[in-house]
Amino acid sequence: MAGIVSFGAYIPWYRLSRQTILWTMGWFNPAVLLPGKKAVAGYDEDSITMATEAGVDCLNGFPREKIDALYFATTTAPYKERQNAGIIAAALDLREDIRTADFTDSVKAGTTALLSAYEAVLAKGAAQVLVAAADTRLGKMGSAQEHYFGDAAAAFLLGEENVIAELKGFYSLAYDFVDHRRAQKDVFDRSWEERWMRDAGYTKFIPQAIAGLLKKYGLNISDFAKVVYTCPYNREHAAIGKKLGLSPEKIQDNLMSEVGDAGAAYALLMLAAALEEARPGDKILAVSYGNGCDALYFEVTEEILKRWDCKGVRGHLAEKNDLGSYEKYAVFKNMLPLEVGIRGEEIAPTQLSTLFRERKSVLGLCGVRCQKCGTPQFPAQRICVNPGCGAVDKMEEYRFSDKKGRLFTYTADRLAASLNPPAIYGIVDFEGGGRYMFDLTDCEQDALKVGMPVRMSFRRKYIDEARGVYGYFWKAVPLREER
Amino acid sequence: MAEGIKDKVAIVGMGCTQFGELWEKSAEDLMVEAFLEALEDAGIEKKDIQAAWLGTCFEEINVGKSALPLAMTLKLPFIPVTRTENFCATGSEAFRGACYAVASGAYDIVLALGVEKLKDTGYGGLPEFGSALGGKPRLIFPNVTAPGAFAMMATRYFDKYGLDPQEGKLTLAKISAKSHRNGALNPKAHLRREVTVEQIMKAPIIAWPLGLFDCCGVSDGAAAAIITRPEIAKKLRPDPVYVKALQIAASSGEELMYTGWDGAHVETTYRAAARAYQEAGIKNPREELSLIEVHDCFSITEMVTYEDLQISPRGRAKEDIDAGFYELGGQIPCQSDGGLKCFGHPIGASGLRMIYEVYKQLQGKAGPRQIKNPRLGLTHNLGGFPGMSVCSIVILGN
Repeated sequence: MAGIVSFGAYIPWYRLSRQTILWTMGWFNPAVLLPGKKAVAGYDEDSITMATEAGVDCLNGFPREKIDALYFATTTAPYKERQNAGIIAAALDLREDIRTADFTDSVKAGTTALLSAYEAVLAKGAAQVLVAAADTRLGKMGSAQEHYFGDAAAAFLLGEENVIAELKGFYSLAYDFVDHRRAQKDVFDRSWEERWMRDAGYTKFIPQAIAGLLKKYGLNISDFAKVVYTCPYNREHAAIGKKLGLSPEKIQDNLMSEVGDAGAAYALLMLAAALEEARPGDKILAVSYGNGCDALYFEVTEEILKRWDCKGVRGHLAEKNDLGSYEKYAVFKNMLPLEVGIRGEEIAPTQLSTLFRERKSVLGLCGVRCQKCGTPQFPAQRICVNPGCGAVDKMEEYRFSDKKGRLFTYTADRLAASLNPPAIYGIVDFEGGGRYMFDLTDCEQDALKVGMPVRMSFRRKYIDEARGVYGYFWKAVPLREER
Repeated sequence: MAEGIKDKVAIVGMGCTQFGELWEKSAEDLMVEAFLEALEDAGIEKKDIQAAWLGTCFEEINVGKSALPLAMTLKLPFIPVTRTENFCATGSEAFRGACYAVASGAYDIVLALGVEKLKDTGYGGLPEFGSALGGKPRLIFPNVTAPGAFAMMATRYFDKYGLDPQEGKLTLAKISAKSHRNGALNPKAHLRREVTVEQIMKAPIIAWPLGLFDCCGVSDGAAAAIITRPEIAKKLRPDPVYVKALQIAASSGEELMYTGWDGAHVETTYRAAARAYQEAGIKNPREELSLIEVHDCFSITEMVTYEDLQISPRGRAKEDIDAGFYELGGQIPCQSDGGLKCFGHPIGASGLRMIYEVYKQLQGKAGPRQIKNPRLGLTHNLGGFPGMSVCSIVILGN
């Protein structure tokens, strides 16, 4: 039996009310009247960091040694050359003798990656494959897309043991249907007429893919407990379900009121939300959309009842912070130049040979633990930092990224360069030992207290535009609920 | 055990420029001025100097690397010249090199000079530390500024000793107000204006909980000392000042990476001071010291230093601050010249500037801020951040 062993999600902390967009850009484009909010990646997030976060959520409590491949799906990969999946694999501290690949160019890439992972497992090419999908698509100021697009990520672990949802069938369609496009140099989405996208795209291909799958496996739509299909247009989303004969409770919510169209992560995020509510025996149909469709059919097993509690879609939806200002959004998205001052302009070159040598520390947040006295320490030391020990070369590798910590002290610094001042940073004492200084993110100064619990989150530390380098490292995020 | 250098070296001449935003002066001008004052004070000629140490911190944007800027600016005649750097403790490091060279018997008369031209960097505050940290830390260390690094110690101190933020800030404000009063009396100081505790409390926040007046001046300036053996010193002037102790402690890494440190004090200060008291034969610093010049880069640094120097008991500096213990007329005046707060903080010069003040006070030449009959003075020069620091303690006496 091959299928989903675990899943996780990531939705950034920031939400932008579409009303806020309308207030600022309505003078130019008053025509988009979409209710709700969209999820917005922070200034220190991109599809790599969000996919990593979803991966962390998915792997919570799972041994990482069994994973033989990592597939990353996105249409907003930070790098064209330097494999994005490789950065995520290093951040997740996966084994180095694994296969990594980027699935890209279409927003259906998330399900395509998942199907490829399934096939790798089925063919015994890999014991487990982690699929992480994330997108941060950008609509131009004043476009409809900036209302529709949201930022999010989802991750799925596929394997043959302890499967919570067996993947029982699939059916795909490929059309060169150019509703959205971005050429090599494009930062912003370009699209054709919206009516054509809705009437000749979503409402045609999704039913066609579903019909194809039902026919292929001799199933009836009424066999399914939940049907997932991505359509950001609320009216059309409902209409497709109605046309299929689905009662409203069988249609998975399209997440437009809180997240938005999350591109390559969209279908997987909705699938994760469906699994959070699923019971053993449920059949789930999931359909992605983008230059065609992938339709996937799952059957939930008894294993789902044993599942630990990941944060998932539900947990992430519950934690949010209104971004409040469109201008801040525009700065976070690098659409408006900001006076970052001389401190912000000064970025020293990234020593890539150093980065590779220190990849375990920098990307994986791995330090060491002294085998003599048991003291965890970051970054890796050869001589034990415990003043009562001082053992030399008695270290074993020790991962901090999955450890919680306590905020030992902090400050909110208005002098330090930041796109979201004040720059908040502090010292973290890890549960089980280890201390280091970290930036804090996704928090406000007034909510901080000495001793409060924090977790670690993979973030973009800096961008060196002149040299084309994104610097990644880990930051501390206050735990809003003790879990 | 090594016996140390107590009374083995003496200062016979010192110079210190005006500190401030000296837009019209170059680092070379400042070096020449400090040097000429020191020569004149010592009553010697340039040819008498046998070796020299230059202290400068942000060298790439200042005078340049190596000792050549000092040697070539002063036209030192092919003598050994060495550049030292140890973050904000740089000036003391130059002084240390010079003292040890004399104490070893290698030279008779040497020069230590520190200079910094911060106002050519384009920064308000100190320049970015990024490149100072090295390649690997840069990949993982937060974008820390000096006020932020020390603000974290205030957060910790307030939490540990149960001061609510307003109470804590008020105590810190009293420290800064005192230094402004003293600085107003010092013609060479960068900031010569008294400010009230209310003004300090209302100032904009730089790095919570520290506001603008919790931070020291960022200045240009230079200071110099001429050091020799006691027998030569006595021939040169009637009132040489003797080095009673000179200690430096550098962090071992345990503060930042091990969980033993409380974050509310600076371990290197405590260690260096304890060793210096031993070297100088001081049993009770609270009773024996006449004045102290501490590294008040931020008000909180001065506050924890009172405790790290074992003058105020742990957690109780506030009582001494409230009682005026460290005021100019108090039992141990601190920052009689205004300190880093108001005299200013040209990094490479600061350690020598502190020594300059103690030297002048011990000689009774401190003008309107003169302390009555001082016997022993201490300087505390701190580099780096509270959790990873270099501390120099110098004890001087007549």
